[in-house]
Amino acid sequence: MEKVVSRHFGQDSTQSFVNYLKDNGYRAARKALTEMTPAGVIDEVKNSNLRGLGGAGFPTGLKWSFIPKDNPKPKYLVVNADEGEPGTFKDKYILEQDPHALIEGIIITCFAIQSHKAYVYVRGEYAKAFGSLQNAVNEAYKAGFLGAGIMGTGFNIDVVVHPGAGAYICGEETGLLESLEGKKGFPRLKPPFPAVVGLFGCPTVINNVETIACVPPIINKGSEWYVQLGCAKNGGNRLFCVSGHVQRPGIYELPLGTPLREIIYDHAGGILKGRQLKAVIPGGISAPVLTPDQIDVKMDFDSLKAIGSMAGSGGVVVMDETTDMVFAAMVAARFFAHESCGQCSPCREGSGWVYRNLKRIYEGTARPYDLINLAGIVNNIGGNTICAFGDAVTMCLSSYVSKFRHEFESKIKGRVCNTN
Amino acid sequence: MPNLTIDGQQLEVPAGTTIIQAAKKLGISIPHYCYHPALPVAGNCRICMVEVEKQPKLQISCYTPVAEGMVVRTDSPKVLEARKTILEFLLVNHPLDCPVCDQSGECKLQDYYMKHGLYNSRLADVKVKKDKKAFSIGPTVMLDQERCILCTRCVRFTENITKTNELGIFSRGDHSQLDIYPGRQLDNNYSGNVVDICPVGALTDKDFRFKCRVWYLAGTKSICPGCSMGCNITVEWDKSRPHEYKKARVMRLKPRLNTDVNNYWICDKGRYNYHFIDENRILHPQLNDELISLDQALDVMVKTIAPLKEAKRLNRIGVLASAQLTNEDLFVIRKLFKDALPGVGLDFRVPEALGDSDDLLIKADKNPNTAGALSILQPDGDVGAIVQKAKSGELDLLYVFGHDLVKLLGVESVKQIAKSIKLFVFQGSNVHETCSYAHLNLPSSVYAEKEGTFTNCQLRVQRIRTAFPALEDAKADWQIVAMLGEKLGTPLSYKNSQEIFKDLAATIAPFSGMTYESIADQGIVLKA
Repeated sequence: MEKVVSRHFGQDSTQSFVNYLKDNGYRAARKALTEMTPAGVIDEVKNSNLRGLGGAGFPTGLKWSFIPKDNPKPKYLVVNADEGEPGTFKDKYILEQDPHALIEGIIITCFAIQSHKAYVYVRGEYAKAFGSLQNAVNEAYKAGFLGAGIMGTGFNIDVVVHPGAGAYICGEETGLLESLEGKKGFPRLKPPFPAVVGLFGCPTVINNVETIACVPPIINKGSEWYVQLGCAKNGGNRLFCVSGHVQRPGIYELPLGTPLREIIYDHAGGILKGRQLKAVIPGGISAPVLTPDQIDVKMDFDSLKAIGSMAGSGGVVVMDETTDMVFAAMVAARFFAHESCGQCSPCREGSGWVYRNLKRIYEGTARPYDLINLAGIVNNIGGNTICAFGDAVTMCLSSYVSKFRHEFESKIKGRVCNTN
Repeated sequence: MPNLTIDGQQLEVPAGTTIIQAAKKLGISIPHYCYHPALPVAGNCRICMVEVEKQPKLQISCYTPVAEGMVVRTDSPKVLEARKTILEFLLVNHPLDCPVCDQSGECKLQDYYMKHGLYNSRLADVKVKKDKKAFSIGPTVMLDQERCILCTRCVRFTENITKTNELGIFSRGDHSQLDIYPGRQLDNNYSGNVVDICPVGALTDKDFRFKCRVWYLAGTKSICPGCSMGCNITVEWDKSRPHEYKKARVMRLKPRLNTDVNNYWICDKGRYNYHFIDENRILHPQLNDELISLDQALDVMVKTIAPLKEAKRLNRIGVLASAQLTNEDLFVIRKLFKDALPGVGLDFRVPEALGDSDDLLIKADKNPNTAGALSILQPDGDVGAIVQKAKSGELDLLYVFGHDLVKLLGVESVKQIAKSIKLFVFQGSNVHETCSYAHLNLPSSVYAEKEGTFTNCQLRVQRIRTAFPALEDAKADWQIVAMLGEKLGTPLSYKNSQEIFKDLAATIAPFSGMTYESIADQGIVLKA
């Protein structure tokens, strides 16, 4: 299998610029700037079936095409390097081990959407990745790949690397924009969407690090090649982040559409100590948990949606038979309660309430009505909120309660009557 | 202009209208907390959600613009259920403070729960505690962080209306708390308005704290007499019994919506300027040290005025009217002291310093009826000349309406006037230093005790109304002057202010065509 995004991983990162240049580095950028038109670049990316790898899986080329051409305001590219989704650590590798791949992707994307300024919002906790990327940006400026009239063309581009300050909600695209603008990371009401009103009120494209890092290979080798790598309607490979009770946790670059079973047992070496699989989260904490009978699912956006989960950020968290699923649900609820921005009432009050409820169930002090109420309360959050965080709370927690109900019931004091 | 249907009723509204605004036009009020017509939309409470045909999720009506052919339901089972869930979430951590909370009786959580909630509580956990309860955030406002539902109306008010940015939301999630920025106080000129817009008892008025339960309050529409802006207010007074504290009747003032004058707001000075209605009043006519009846008091005045009228020496009378008086008071004064007794020195433009002003509501002219006084009295004299004559003994009678001459002219001048003049009459509602120098003090009613009109700086004529009868012997200024006129052989037999206004409108050109009915609650601007 051909490695794309991770092709430079494992090399001496102090030599990343030299190594990148040696391996056709910045050739795609030059090709785009000198041989293609912005519209042509967008079409190529559209045809590649590249879909956003931050979590939502939105077709990337289509997103770029939403930027209004006749709008006189400056356009911005914002790269989401907040990587806050639990179980996800791929962007960290890209930033630390192959930052120039991202920079070249930024150049091509900016050319496509006619933007001359890009911001990379790196989560505050990633001090090393921030340093690595800033270093690479400095190298790129020095070598004439960034700045005024890059690579001998007339194209100007500036890149600002901006650190976050520790909030999951600043990974939500409009929460990120608010934070970047110096305000609290409160997600905005939508519409308008960032493509029309984004950073500083100007048309903005926001994409994940890995998504942008896929762009140079697409320009170099063509959209047809990229389509073939993946599966129907979802081109290319992605970096799966496997963690949890596996022999070999780590990053695995595999084609989109790889069966989950293969990822867990063939690549990650199966369950630790030969134990049994109990549950697996396929794509970050927001994704509904899967049971062992579901792991033949193909890991692409459409297939996972069809079985009621999501491909999300590619964060695969494997849980074996020793896992207390009530504890797992409680930890998820604690995360949501801690990270809720607090703007809208269902999520603000609901996430805290649900956590306190689950904590009592886990600690064994809950009553039957607590479990009956839990499902109702959890369902009231999603669909009623400003952003998808509320939907995530509902989707995630209701999957634990419905798929592992017997575990919750066994922790309740007193007799539990037959509930639907 | 898009056409849409709300609850089966069709209407056409301008493009850009939100669903909640369109529904209001049909008389359908959708429950809301964070939405306020005068503030930018926040969309965070979520209780205004409605069902829009063809949309899978409910939409917030405060933010969603109407579209051609849109079909909205505000009363479907899905919507009613959503309202219950939002109420449940808001009440989960809300303290059960109703018995001790000032907002009780006018609280949106109570109101919406009774109308849209009525579910059984499912809470079995300890409520989230916040840092500050019953905490002063400024000279006029108390904050209770636990009661706050984080609608951010107050934050948006201090950001967008006063632009002073004292308030903010700190921390996140269900530990979010409303607070004042470190080192700041909520003490701008409009602080009290945050209490009005707070839908719950999180921000409460210190002045009103624990004073009176709101269901004992009656409200009377009136106009603030604090400056020439003439902000529309409601005088709220205790209708069950006089308050145990100094037998006060008025408990508080609230702004009244007038989109042409003050919109939803009033300044703090105006808001808290009501204690004079019940405190320190002149209650009985007083001649030097003796309390007498109004009839006797007027006879004393007639004894001075009648001979001057006989001898055609009316220029020995000076009348200092006031821009604090209503149009009706001024018209009766004019009819007596200008029309019936020509030669009397009549003016109102006392030498008072202009006060502070800003570009929101506060005007430098601290009188509510300067425009009316100018229009009705049309003075061609000069207050300085009248005062000079009074000091030098050239006047036999000085009739002062409300002015504190000690403050305006200095105590020495007032002493000299009292010494030089035969009869120094003061007519006013509240006691101040000048009263002790005047020979005769007459009690007049305050604005809340009479019907009448003021003309504001926009030349808008607005009505004040009677909340309660005048205290003791006090009467409306025009009533006292009319009774005086009667005794002097000039019948000014008006039965009420409305009759005076009718005559006024027929006499003074800019007022022509106006009636109390046409002025209604929002006022009419004078003709050019």
